[in-house]
Amino acid sequence: MNGELKVSKIKNGTVIDHITAGMAPAVLKILGIERGCPDTVIVAMNVKSQRLGLKDMVKVENRALAAETVKKIAIIAPQATVNIIKEMNVVEKIHVELPRDLIGIIRCPNRNCITNSSERVVPYLTVESRDPLTMRCHYCESLVEGPAAELLL
Amino acid sequence: MAQRTRFDWRGQDIISIRDLSREQIEDVLNHAQQIRPDPQMLVGKVMASLFFEPSTRTQLSFTTAMHRLGGRVIGFSGTEGTSIVKGESLQDTVRTIERYADVIVMRHPLEGSAQFVADTVTIPVINAGDGANQHPTQTLMDLFTIKKFHQRLDDLKIGLVGDLKYGRTVHSLAIALTRFRKIELRLISPPNLRMPPAILKELAGIVPYSETAELDLRDLDVVYVTRIQKERFPDIEEYEKVRGAYVINLKACEMLKPSAILLHPLPRVDEIAPDVDALPHAKYFDQVQNGVPVRMALLKLVLVGS
Ligand SMILES: [Zn+2]
Repeated sequence: MNGELKVSKIKNGTVIDHITAGMAPAVLKILGIERGCPDTVIVAMNVKSQRLGLKDMVKVENRALAAETVKKIAIIAPQATVNIIKEMNVVEKIHVELPRDLIGIIRCPNRNCITNSSERVVPYLTVESRDPLTMRCHYCESLVEGPAAELLL
Repeated sequence: MAQRTRFDWRGQDIISIRDLSREQIEDVLNHAQQIRPDPQMLVGKVMASLFFEPSTRTQLSFTTAMHRLGGRVIGFSGTEGTSIVKGESLQDTVRTIERYADVIVMRHPLEGSAQFVADTVTIPVINAGDGANQHPTQTLMDLFTIKKFHQRLDDLKIGLVGDLKYGRTVHSLAIALTRFRKIELRLISPPNLRMPPAILKELAGIVPYSETAELDLRDLDVVYVTRIQKERFPDIEEYEKVRGAYVINLKACEMLKPSAILLHPLPRVDEIAPDVDALPHAKYFDQVQNGVPVRMALLKLVLVGS
């Protein structure tokens, strides 16, 4: 195990691994379980990782992730992998991938943007660069730099 | 001489200078240089001029451009007396208007509104200002004016003076200049009104720039002046102190080299002294006048192509 910390396994559910260190709380928020959840949730932070140096990890029992959720995770933790667990086995491994167009995923920070007005326009940002992450509002052209977890919808 | 173009402009939206390549900018400017009044060119075409926020000068310039090409104009200025005050959404307003018109020219206080309308309707949309974001036809007429007096858009030293933080025109012009070669920018502003980091980032590695609080106009080919507004300062004393330091008067013009031109998006208040108007450098009224051929060219291109 290369000296890596062993974190208890779950039976059925999702393991989100290789989360950028320190981002586990933001992932919990994306999953909507920052204020608790009826199922088992295992959170590990600042675990040694060969690939990332340090990483966070979140395991949630009885939970499958919607495509939108995976896109949000890709914004704050671009290296993350999502493992689907059935009967203790990994049945699917997904590398999160940030799409070019983020529609209804993250809001524009500009308060005078049409997407933050009464016009009810769905926020639409496009990814200009993945590393470092920069996104631009399709409408008002405001630039968003970095993971911007506080802007996630 | 027949005008040739590699671009299919017909039906295209003109929303942001960011959408335009060097070749496209040059194509528009070439058309603007060659276009002449022609009462047959856009006969039967209707321009909807939707000014959700009044701007007499821009609206008149577009209307004049349309009339000179034989087209007609419908629309409004300010939302008073329209169904918008009754709470109609922008989406519904433009979906109705696209039934009557062939092109929409719009100014709206919300940033991103022009792109939203362009995504909503099938007819071409020309952005005449969306909040603090973009006003591409202003930038094109700025470039047209620079080209007219210097015969080039490469190899120029350009000074941007005044409010570089909130000034939409200087942001767009700076971005447009990244399309050209051997440009050098001197960013002259009070420390609290410096060019935003997001714009500087777009310049980085493409357009060399220097920032200074001193009104140093030496060696510049173009001096682009913007107004410093009272509202940007915590108190009037601070404003008075700063404003005086950036006034372009006869004394300041002594620094200019003979071929240097002075531009200003207008309206001017007192950032350029009236006696400067008589100097050969003063080109801001030519700049305004150039709005008409640039808008004629754009209307022609998006409505009937080249
Ligand atoms: Zn926006």
